[in-house]
Amino acid sequence: MRPEQQGVEVTVLVSVGRHPVTGRARRADQDARGLELALGLERQLAGSRVSLLHAGARGEESEAALRGYLGMAAGAGMGLASLTLLEQAEGSDAIPALAEYLAGAPPQLVVTGSRAERNEGSGLLPYALAERLGWPLVNGLAAVEMIENGVATLLQALPRGQRRRLKVRLPAIVSVDGAAPAARQSAFGPARRAELEATSVDAEPDYELAEWQLAPARKRPKRLKIVKAASARDRFKAAAAKAEGRGGQLLTDVTPQQGAEAIVKLLKAEGVLR
Amino acid sequence: MSEIRRRDPRREWIVRNRLHAEHARALAEQGGGAASEWLGPSGLIRKYPHAIGFIGPNGIKRIDRSGAQQCGQAVGGARQAAQDRRRNVTIEAPAFLVAVVPDMPGGRLSNHDRDLLGLARRLADADPERPGAVLAVVFGELKEQGFGEAGIDRLLHLGDDTYVGFAPEARLAVLTAVERELAPRHWLLPDSPLGGADLGRRLALRLDERPATGVWQIEADAESPMGWRCTGRGGAESLDIQRPLPRVALALAECAEPVDETRHAAEALSLAEAILSALSRIEDLGHVAVDPAGVALAEAEFILSAGNGVKDWEGFHHAARVLGATEGASRVAVDDGFMARHRQVGATGTWVTARVYLAVGISGAIQHLQGIQGCDKVVAINLDPGCDMIKRADLAVIGDSAEILAALVAKVEQQRGGQRDAA
Repeated sequence: MRPEQQGVEVTVLVSVGRHPVTGRARRADQDARGLELALGLERQLAGSRVSLLHAGARGEESEAALRGYLGMAAGAGMGLASLTLLEQAEGSDAIPALAEYLAGAPPQLVVTGSRAERNEGSGLLPYALAERLGWPLVNGLAAVEMIENGVATLLQALPRGQRRRLKVRLPAIVSVDGAAPAARQSAFGPARRAELEATSVDAEPDYELAEWQLAPARKRPKRLKIVKAASARDRFKAAAAKAEGRGGQLLTDVTPQQGAEAIVKLLKAEGVLR
Repeated sequence: MSEIRRRDPRREWIVRNRLHAEHARALAEQGGGAASEWLGPSGLIRKYPHAIGFIGPNGIKRIDRSGAQQCGQAVGGARQAAQDRRRNVTIEAPAFLVAVVPDMPGGRLSNHDRDLLGLARRLADADPERPGAVLAVVFGELKEQGFGEAGIDRLLHLGDDTYVGFAPEARLAVLTAVERELAPRHWLLPDSPLGGADLGRRLALRLDERPATGVWQIEADAESPMGWRCTGRGGAESLDIQRPLPRVALALAECAEPVDETRHAAEALSLAEAILSALSRIEDLGHVAVDPAGVALAEAEFILSAGNGVKDWEGFHHAARVLGATEGASRVAVDDGFMARHRQVGATGTWVTARVYLAVGISGAIQHLQGIQGCDKVVAINLDPGCDMIKRADLAVIGDSAEILAALVAKVEQQRGGQRDAA
């Protein structure tokens, strides 16, 4: 009875993450969430295919981290048997290589994390790819509701736990952050058995980044309460001040109906009452 | 009322002369109560120490030697001066423009926006000989009054429906039109999930710039091309990146002090050229109703919070469902077992950041008030008009909480029913 749903090709861009405490390489949290989202889509739409793409240097540590994604397969024969690795020298710009690869074999949906956990981590990559490929981009994705006739219905996560429904014409790039479903555990065996298909691409070094000074983050200075007072009395009053009324409206001797009316008016003005 | 203080020499003389028939009346008019100091008949200054000072709010006599309390009229004048101490600044012919695109959640400038405008002022006012102007580009419906106080010289407002909701392509078209027409020297956007982070990155790539993201500090640096150097967070908060300030910068909250000494013109501006409305490939279908109980308390937008004064718990839960509010509670309500521990608001519970916090029967212990410091609007329903929560509240209704909540629910349901009938 249901209209025939066609599968989509999804490419998940994955990166090497960094454990926030130990600093070791791991699968990046947001990218793993993106892969989880894509695997959910594969289950939802029969005939979908998920492929993984990474551009960067190949080393022992990064390979172990990348295999973390490959261990997320749902079961035997469920895809994720391989990961495409565009091999570049350390410190090169990943954007041209990725854009070229995606333009060569365009998938319908590209899923990325919103920020890398290493190096600059500016969150520019999805935007740069969207600009180069000319595809629409949706940030902060929470769920993919439906894909029909080349149009995807998505749920975008907003601050304060709110959600917004969007319709996007494919092909599109979506980036996920902490609001997407949490990633499943990675299984060690499938991760070991899967293979990395490495092709080396020539990339130009990121000269601009090399000129910047990178240092471990120091604590940001805490903002002080600055009291601009002419006299000692004003300074003392500011230091000893309790939370005082700021000209709030006080309704005494009103019927409950009048009070409720005033509250409804404020709630409407603030736009929290839907 | 005139601001100029007029002196009445004759009355002053009567006040000094305690033997004058009208001495007491003149003193009372001046508001000083009993005279504490006068010139004696022999030319000596005489003092009456018991007349010095005033009775404070706790019934204790206070002596204020700052001079502010000597005359009743002077106090009012001083308070007015304190409110109106900002210097008016108008920049007629700016040397350059600093463009800022604030988030404006709910049509008002957020604290993050104000910090960003403070940063823009630092960039604009660096050279007092050739000051720049701060241009703010704002979208949607506005509720903000104090654009000038926030440090905005020129205001470009686009209130069309096209820019409401998730419309990055339409907004980007406006910003590129601003770039073509006004060519600002700097672009500053908030690096916030409310939309600034998204729009700023799109803008930077459209302008073919590599933006500085997560900027939290800038300092003057003669060797950099723009004359500034910035420090930004990178690598999942683990790195500080120091680089020359590019044209487009996305700054974090508390990147600079907000403007508090000057008032700027906030002159309305409009673009000469028509903005091309590109066909958008993204369609916004609007907000989706989310279960308010599932929203984390720390990030809930609208909280209905219960305290010791609530007796009708069924009615309270019903009100929260009808209003679509996330439930919160004070410590007493949690300790008494009426609410779950993870619903507790305050120093030992959750620090909330709601836009509207509706406190029902909460007297406002200092720990609780600390927890709601980040809330924009506080509404209190309470029986006691003297409690601390009423002092903090923007709107306080004195009365029985159960009755008021029931009336509130009835009113909201009635309005919703009316809307459905009309539709």
